[in-house]
Amino acid sequence: MMTLTIDNKRIEVPEGTSVLRAAKDNDIYIPTLCDDDRLEPYGGCRLCLVDIEGIPRPVTACTTPVTDGMVVKTTTSYIERLRRTVVELLLSDHPNDCMVCEKAGDCTLQELAYFYNLRDNRFRGERRQYTEKDGNPFIERNMEKCILCGKCVRVCEEVQGVAAIDIAYRGFNAKICPPFEKDLFCEFCGQCVSICPTGALSGKQWAGRGRQKDIKEIKTVCPYCGCGCNLILHVSRNEVIRVSSDPDTLNEGWLCPKGRFGYDFINDDYRLTTPLIKKDGKFEEVSWDEALDYVAGKFSEIKVKHGADAIGGLSSARCTNEENYLFQKFMRTAIGTNNVDHCARF
Amino acid sequence: MAGLATVFGSGAMTNSIPEIENNDLLFVIGSNTKENHPIVALRMIKAVRKGAKLIIADPRKIPMVSFAHIWMQHRPGTDVVLLNSMMHVIAKEGLVDRSFIEEHTEDYDKFVKVLDDFTPETGEKITGVPKEKIIESARLYARSDKAGIYYTMGITQHSHGTDNVFSIANLALMTGNLGKEAAGVNPLRGQNNVQGSTDMGCSPDMYPGYQKVVIPAIRARFEKEWGVKLSEKAGLTAPEMIDASGGEFKALYVMGENPVMSDPDMAHTKKALNQLDFLVVQDIFMTETAELADVVFPAVSFAAKEGTFTNTERRVQRVRRAIISPGESKEDSWIIMQLSGRMGYEMKYSAMNEVFTEIGRMWPALAGINYTKINKTGVQWPCPTLDHPGTPYLFKGGFPRGKGRFTPVMYRESAELPDDEYPLLLTTGRQLFHYHTGTMTRKVKPLNTVAPEAYVEINPEDAKGLSIEEGSMVSVSSRRGEITLKAYVTERPLKGVVFIPFHYKEAAANALTNTAYDPVCRIPEFKVCAVKIKKA
Repeated sequence: MMTLTIDNKRIEVPEGTSVLRAAKDNDIYIPTLCDDDRLEPYGGCRLCLVDIEGIPRPVTACTTPVTDGMVVKTTTSYIERLRRTVVELLLSDHPNDCMVCEKAGDCTLQELAYFYNLRDNRFRGERRQYTEKDGNPFIERNMEKCILCGKCVRVCEEVQGVAAIDIAYRGFNAKICPPFEKDLFCEFCGQCVSICPTGALSGKQWAGRGRQKDIKEIKTVCPYCGCGCNLILHVSRNEVIRVSSDPDTLNEGWLCPKGRFGYDFINDDYRLTTPLIKKDGKFEEVSWDEALDYVAGKFSEIKVKHGADAIGGLSSARCTNEENYLFQKFMRTAIGTNNVDHCARF
Repeated sequence: MAGLATVFGSGAMTNSIPEIENNDLLFVIGSNTKENHPIVALRMIKAVRKGAKLIIADPRKIPMVSFAHIWMQHRPGTDVVLLNSMMHVIAKEGLVDRSFIEEHTEDYDKFVKVLDDFTPETGEKITGVPKEKIIESARLYARSDKAGIYYTMGITQHSHGTDNVFSIANLALMTGNLGKEAAGVNPLRGQNNVQGSTDMGCSPDMYPGYQKVVIPAIRARFEKEWGVKLSEKAGLTAPEMIDASGGEFKALYVMGENPVMSDPDMAHTKKALNQLDFLVVQDIFMTETAELADVVFPAVSFAAKEGTFTNTERRVQRVRRAIISPGESKEDSWIIMQLSGRMGYEMKYSAMNEVFTEIGRMWPALAGINYTKINKTGVQWPCPTLDHPGTPYLFKGGFPRGKGRFTPVMYRESAELPDDEYPLLLTTGRQLFHYHTGTMTRKVKPLNTVAPEAYVEINPEDAKGLSIEEGSMVSVSSRRGEITLKAYVTERPLKGVVFIPFHYKEAAANALTNTAYDPVCRIPEFKVCAVKIKKA
């Protein structure tokens, strides 16, 4: 273990921990735009600059490993001036259209602008222009809002192992794009969308469907494969309008295209909404009472005539444990047979 | 699951997902992990980035191959030979874990004799994998301290699927790769709560918690809890119900399943269901199966119900209601309780946690879990008491059945192999953008936009021989059916092998597949059947 002091607080951390991580783990705030616990340190945004005793210039906390006896100051008037200028520079080439931005209220850049009270900008000038190229059905790229933190590039390569995008060109012309500046064609996992600190990347499906304020967040589990990813369903007006996931979960906040984007079936127009009984080869809508009495009557009749083992039940891996338990209990008690199985084989 | 249960006394993933990144070797066989368990794949990639070696055995060049150190492209259905020849090398070169074998296993000598014939040369001849790769893989696996095996339906969906599982278990047992962190045998379960359905006793021979219905003492316990006399004989499995339709089997109640699409030989399934006197289907959509029903009950989706799912690593997690379901659709639990009451057996639960408490009473592995305990993070069974933290990996210090048992396995060919009339081998599975029978994902516009239509993956050499061009329509037929779909000419499948995803009802792969099933598990042979292809 190593001992260090951050803002006069004595802290013990394991060897190899970065100054930023040591601060974060001890609830000491250092601003950053390009850091994520789940990615390799990058040192790109220059916001996490701190003062370390014995080092003449401020250093990035994310790329500096803790050494024993280190004394760190996370804030001085000089450092705050540097940070403020960094944010100001970023905003000088940013649309600043928060009023209509999908990300407003959930945007790290907006938070920082607010924190540093950046109303005017000393660096107004030319702004990058992008031609939108988004034929893909999942991800909306507003690249003029991109701050080149490189999180999307790194998550795609480091975590997803796809490397569908990278930084092309240099300096003012630098931009993040797929090869040959084509439209995205990738696994569409949306990891990049989930990690973007600004409104540069967002989901097409949730555009204009509601921002943070009026959304109810419900934690649940994905209904697709067996990984058991933890989902947060964002609900507005009784509709799931977006899906996200917390980094602090089994799936570390990562999802696949089905888990992240595959929720529109929930309120699909083709959902079954009334019980149906087939009469003369055609389905007719009936009441629950009629349907339930009819089925209970039919099962009872078949049981009397042919025995309980003439009836079987197939349960579902889509359904909950409780429902599966009740289903087999129903087959074994009310019907009286062990003819119960489910779709494990398929 | 029956295979692992025979060997160890318990059939589930022995490790947990977070442990994957600590493996120093991963052997992935019969699992297209990146497309079918995408988040498990991310942990595998993380392990590789941390320095682990990755060996893949798959007849197709699946996406994970690009991360692999060794890829063995074996012929579908030859897994037993591949594994036996790897084990031949391990035994011959003395790479076995002697002390583990002596302390924790039985029948090793009987088993090891069988390996004599499976030389790497024989392995190469039958599987098509160069013997050097077999030898190198064997050495890498055996010399690793923390080796994890990962498999899915590529191993189990064969007429000798149980044999395949036995072989995998043998490999882990002989090298002592069990009962410790980040080393074990891991069947990745393919559906959100398929582990839970099995745990809950939706099996014809087992009550909840893998308790056999034919054992009188167990039955008596359930009779006491449920207050009725229970049937003494094991019931029919799903394929057996389908086969018995039209005979003594008269009625079927299907909850949230779509056998018309998911079962092998669609024509056979449809015919069987049509012969029933009475079919009830409970679902959220008018599925291909629901269309054949006499009564359809509208159910609610996962987003409108309370309860729990158990994921592939035995983790019980909370499912919560987020919305009110459309129309008059009702929770499956409500429908079951209503039906039960109307048939004279009252089920009274005011909330789902009461059902969960009853399950814990009947199965000690869940007794220590309740909704409060899993409010934030799920807990992995077994968890017998409230102060128990759950069990990330199984068999620490020994197996439930006492000793792990070696099972000598001989090679049996798949039931239907290519011949002059049907010269290509068809294997089926899922792809990234759709899920299972497509009931949910095909309703999701963006997913259906990137993966709108069925296709058959065909090797360029085969395509050339048949004058088939990329993107052209072809007809694929087997002894059971014929479908028309697009040709996708790609290096992915081995020459002689074609692949079709089974999500698409307009060109259903299961119109072609074979109903031959494994004698123990009753799993159909979705991974091997013979087909022919011609231009449509």
